[in-house]
Amino acid sequence: MDDLNLAMRDRYRNNFLQEVEANVEEGEWAKMCMQCGVCSGSCPFGPHWDHPPQEIFMMIRANKREEVLSSTSMWLCTSCYNCIVRCPREIPITHIMHGLASYAQRLGLAPKEQPTRKFGLMFWDNIEKNGRVNESILGIKLYFMNGFKEGVKTAYKMAPVGWNMLRTKRFNPFALIPFLHKRCKKRSDIQAILRKAQQIENARTVRFGTAGG
Amino acid sequence: MTDVVATNQTILVVGGGISGMTAALEAAECGKDVVLVEKNAALGGRVSQLYRYFPKLCHPTCGLEINLRRLKAQRRVHLLTSAEVIGVTGTSGDYTATVRIRPRYVNDKCTACGECAKVVQAQFPDEFNYGLSQRKGAYLPFNMAYPQRYVLDPAIIGTEDAERAKAACRYDAIDLDMQEETMAVKAGAIVWATGWSPYDAAKIQPYGYDRYPNVITSVEFERMMDPFGPTGGKLLRPSDGKEAKDVAFIQCAGSRDRNHLAHCSRICCMASLKQSTYVGEQFADQGRATIYYIDIRAIDRFEDFYTKVKESSTVDFVKSKVASITEDKATGDPILHGVDTEGYHRYSNRHDLVVLAIGMEPSVPKDVLPVDVLVNRNGFIEMDETNGGIFAAGCASDALDVNRSVQNATASALRAIQIINRTAAAVPDSAGVEAKHALAAEG
Repeated sequence: MDDLNLAMRDRYRNNFLQEVEANVEEGEWAKMCMQCGVCSGSCPFGPHWDHPPQEIFMMIRANKREEVLSSTSMWLCTSCYNCIVRCPREIPITHIMHGLASYAQRLGLAPKEQPTRKFGLMFWDNIEKNGRVNESILGIKLYFMNGFKEGVKTAYKMAPVGWNMLRTKRFNPFALIPFLHKRCKKRSDIQAILRKAQQIENARTVRFGTAGG
Repeated sequence: MTDVVATNQTILVVGGGISGMTAALEAAECGKDVVLVEKNAALGGRVSQLYRYFPKLCHPTCGLEINLRRLKAQRRVHLLTSAEVIGVTGTSGDYTATVRIRPRYVNDKCTACGECAKVVQAQFPDEFNYGLSQRKGAYLPFNMAYPQRYVLDPAIIGTEDAERAKAACRYDAIDLDMQEETMAVKAGAIVWATGWSPYDAAKIQPYGYDRYPNVITSVEFERMMDPFGPTGGKLLRPSDGKEAKDVAFIQCAGSRDRNHLAHCSRICCMASLKQSTYVGEQFADQGRATIYYIDIRAIDRFEDFYTKVKESSTVDFVKSKVASITEDKATGDPILHGVDTEGYHRYSNRHDLVVLAIGMEPSVPKDVLPVDVLVNRNGFIEMDETNGGIFAAGCASDALDVNRSVQNATASALRAIQIINRTAAAVPDSAGVEAKHALAAEG
């Protein structure tokens, strides 16, 4: 391409599209969307999205940075892969949705009360502390995610299931007691690995100005 | 049948559809000897299965008639039907093709009286109607078939049906002892015009072509309009025979899709615009056509046609690739699900019938192609020097409409003629000397 073409191309690739290409997992695919709408029509959660994937791609290209990153939409993705399977351009839509969500989280723009986000943070916290997932603690925390009263109600509702799990040795009540539950050996090593990964990710992140700019 | 005299001055044309017929006739009318090989029992190919052409909406039977007249008047074209090229050896200017000829079991005494078909009982899905109707075990491929001779289905040979057919024939035209033949055909140049096939719609899983009777392809819809076709020229739903007054067309069914055909099949936009007028032709204001599309690809005079269709009050356009189709069990109505691109509205639209504007793929897949030529990633034959004296014509070279296929075939005939002339100039036999003189005279 000659210089004029390159210059025109850069004008069309606005800041936010470039930011997505640089910082979001599989983000370089965003410009490949041809707006056919098959992803949106194939999504089982489609009716609940503020902006279906097809619209998210268009919003990225229209430089709508705040609207995209603060949207709850991509947090609804359940990784069913219907969209990827059907996309005529083989765009890895599922991965991009997760990439956008996690990028929004890193920037602190993700919607605070979104339940998937809250659960994700809990899961991460759990794994970081123990070096492995303690499902008992994670489960109890999930019950109490929306306050104490809700938690007691849920726990009461789930008691028969818990009892059956206890009987069939699928649930160990001692795992709920701090210092008794199993953690992985040398979890400080795992924490070091995670810190290093974070460092690498931070170093790779390209800084962009805020919206419009 | 084996009395074909072919030399390195002969042009071999493979495929007797509109492209192959055009290439053969153009070359023959330039004074070249041509052997035209057609896989089916009659000439005409996919064009003979069309009801109307776009954008003029005239009937292809008319153009076919003109070409058949040219062919009947042309002594330089030697036609082989029910014949396939199974191998090619040699180089530009000196090819030898192996041609396998299937037995037709009917010789040239046949007058197409049809007495044999009356007595034969076995029935088979009619290929000409894409299996939408049945034909007898003794049949004329279609009304305009050339040669105008009946064929016996190989499945009835050795049965009582075959004997009945033989007994019914008053012209001694049925020869049940006919055997498959293989012959070698020499040629200086080859025009490869093997055409296209509709993409297998069942592979587009979310559209349910294999599950829902009221989801059909554009080529099947085309057959419905033929007055001699499977529905007698009426647009009827396969499930219950109800008139299909509300028809949905889904564009890019298999095309522009990396899961299916990566290329744009080029004809489908215009085909659906054309077919939307069939709904109007049949039901006037009562008919309704809805075209679901990614973008409409219609340029120049095609765009005028698009503009005209868009103005019609009975044709709607929805900018959306349909995500999936479900069926209402009670009525058999297909329901189309998706999200449109102009406003991101979610829809679930019920129609009487869905027509998939099915994509075009080369009819001879790359791995079974009996010639050594350069094939692109979509399976079409590239124009390339390494192909020597082999030239693709029509849909063997790309997804083309009839108009562009004919232009393309004429160009390929010209390239083949150049090879023949060069060969003639290089070899000083009588034909060569003649050609040399001709060239000299032209300066």
